Amino acid sequence: MLARMTTVLTLIATLLLTASFAVAADTIKIGGLFAVTGPPAFLGEPERNTAKMVVDEINKAGGIKGQKLELIVYDTAGDATKAVQMATKLIRDDQVVAIIGPSTTGETMAVIPVVEKARIPLISCAAGSKITDPVKRYVFKTAQNDALAVERIYDYLKRQKQNRVALLTVSDGFGASGREQLKSLAPRFGMQIVVDDTYGPKDTDMTSQLTKIRASQAQVLIVWGTNPGPAVIAKNAKQLGLKLPLYMSHGVSSKKFIALAGDAAEGVRLPSGKVVVADVLPKKDPQKASLLAFVKDYQNHYKQEGDHFGGHAWDAIMLLKGTIERGAITAESIRDGLENTRQFHGIGGTFTYSATDHAGLNKDAFVMVEIRNKDWSLAK
Amino acid sequence: MELGTQLLQYLLSGLSTGAIYALIGIGFSIIYNATGIINFAQGEFVMLGGMLTLFLLSVLQLPLWIAIPLAVLLAALVGLLFERLAIRPLRKASPISLVIITIGGAILIRGLAMLIWGKDTHSLPSFSGDEPIMLAGATLLPQHLWILGITLLLIGLNKWFFSHTTSGKAMRACSYNPRAAGLVGIDVRRMVLLSFVISAAMGALAGIIVAPLTMTAYDVGIMLGLKGFCAAIIGGMSSGLSTVIGGLILGVLESLGAGLISSGYKDAIAFVILLLILFLRPQGLFGKPESERV
Repeated sequence: MLARMTTVLTLIATLLLTASFAVAADTIKIGGLFAVTGPPAFLGEPERNTAKMVVDEINKAGGIKGQKLELIVYDTAGDATKAVQMATKLIRDDQVVAIIGPSTTGETMAVIPVVEKARIPLISCAAGSKITDPVKRYVFKTAQNDALAVERIYDYLKRQKQNRVALLTVSDGFGASGREQLKSLAPRFGMQIVVDDTYGPKDTDMTSQLTKIRASQAQVLIVWGTNPGPAVIAKNAKQLGLKLPLYMSHGVSSKKFIALAGDAAEGVRLPSGKVVVADVLPKKDPQKASLLAFVKDYQNHYKQEGDHFGGHAWDAIMLLKGTIERGAITAESIRDGLENTRQFHGIGGTFTYSATDHAGLNKDAFVMVEIRNKDWSLAK
Repeated sequence: MELGTQLLQYLLSGLSTGAIYALIGIGFSIIYNATGIINFAQGEFVMLGGMLTLFLLSVLQLPLWIAIPLAVLLAALVGLLFERLAIRPLRKASPISLVIITIGGAILIRGLAMLIWGKDTHSLPSFSGDEPIMLAGATLLPQHLWILGITLLLIGLNKWFFSHTTSGKAMRACSYNPRAAGLVGIDVRRMVLLSFVISAAMGALAGIIVAPLTMTAYDVGIMLGLKGFCAAIIGGMSSGLSTVIGGLILGVLESLGAGLISSGYKDAIAFVILLLILFLRPQGLFGKPESERV
């Protein structure tokens, strides 16, 4: 009896599966590789959430030119090996026409040979500049390069007529990349680096470094790291009564930093993507409409404020949508379409890709923000 | 700013970090002396202290002065369960297996904490404000005074417990010779249990008093645990003053190293000291080769 029941159920299940497969054949399949678990989950989770949300909405509105999108997401757990396996699976088994992700630079670099060989366009959500430098035919990215954030800070300092800077960078991948850019771009903006110090990602007291910096000739302090280090530094600086203006990286541009650093966050300036200041941006900002739509949408779906990371996935899907709307259908035509994207006002910035630029952004992707009254405001 | 003030600042920063290392280090040595094993889950109790306090404060909305003792109590309970469920069933195992079990226990506790409280870093409110206190050009926070004060108090209590109470003396007896202690009627297993409870509670308290300065997250236990271990090794695994001095030396050297040489070497300093001590003076900086322990 039970055995027969099982057979019948299996049959029904098979029928249902094949049926849904038949429907799925008319859809445009997009792959997603996000680190939903593992250490970079803070990137992958909002990215996946956003990608799902946007695809659902596009489908609810009738798809793109009548065709529905189908998003197939795999979790890479931040592991490059797994990312490569999943990318292969997306291409071979799921037959996607484009892939969004992975979330981190390491994973992206590992996946690049796979997509280049299979000729499938990849829109990475990771920030490392080496992803698109040198340009790879099928690889694009939506996250802003670190160099753009550095340019934004230096540009601001130059206008403030300050040029002696102290650097305090975290000794991990993010900090190392930032330090490299800070040092290599300094001469172009006439900046003089008087202290170049580091701290460990798990360090809990940076008063020693700050004491050294206080004794130096520096006019400003630039801290490059992700939470919690910069919050500790802000607190330590307040403890020491450090008079230097404090500049941080876009790595802390989330409400979490303000919550961690408390009063010590007041007056801290940093280059940030525009998501966090969407509501106070001037009306003429071309990204404002996209930003407000994204933030509101994410809030409605997930009861949280949308962040930059979700924004990278939003941009990636919308870029694909634009390409498909303009007539692309195969992987190759989507690639061409992406490369011909001009002036797309997304979340991360205004994208203009070209044959020589697959990152697509300039330093206007960042605005200088200042923390005032426990909230973000635009720095003058 | 002249070098003198700078040095004073390095010293003050170092002493307050060192006090924490000392507290964690004593937790290591209490268990080592009672059982002969190094409990690598010690750092996780430090994490539990901070995270539990945070949980009691934010979810149950308890005031700080209730949340802190309650968090210490809960962490002690975890220590008790840990001994009962992971260590006691394997009492016949060799110390090395038990040490490996404590590493497994540490990973388990950390994993559970991550699942329950998430991966975010959190900050605790300071016990008494954030106004810096000036001291000859260098600055301290009120929280630093709390750390130093509580550390001194705990070390005093510890000393008193081991020299003047029956349980304390019994624990010392077990550390000299468990078999003889058993023969004179001391319940050795109870003493082992007690050592885990005390260490867990001390670790948790250390975690709570630093959290307002350093913040806390599910994974802070690893590094703090290792630094505490260094302190205990410098002190020759004694649960008395030498581990405290070991912790303070470590804290000050780290701080001076970061300030005068390069902060890149900060953690390296701790581990180079650890290796040097293990190679050259395995009995600790102050111990005689056959030093008495506890």
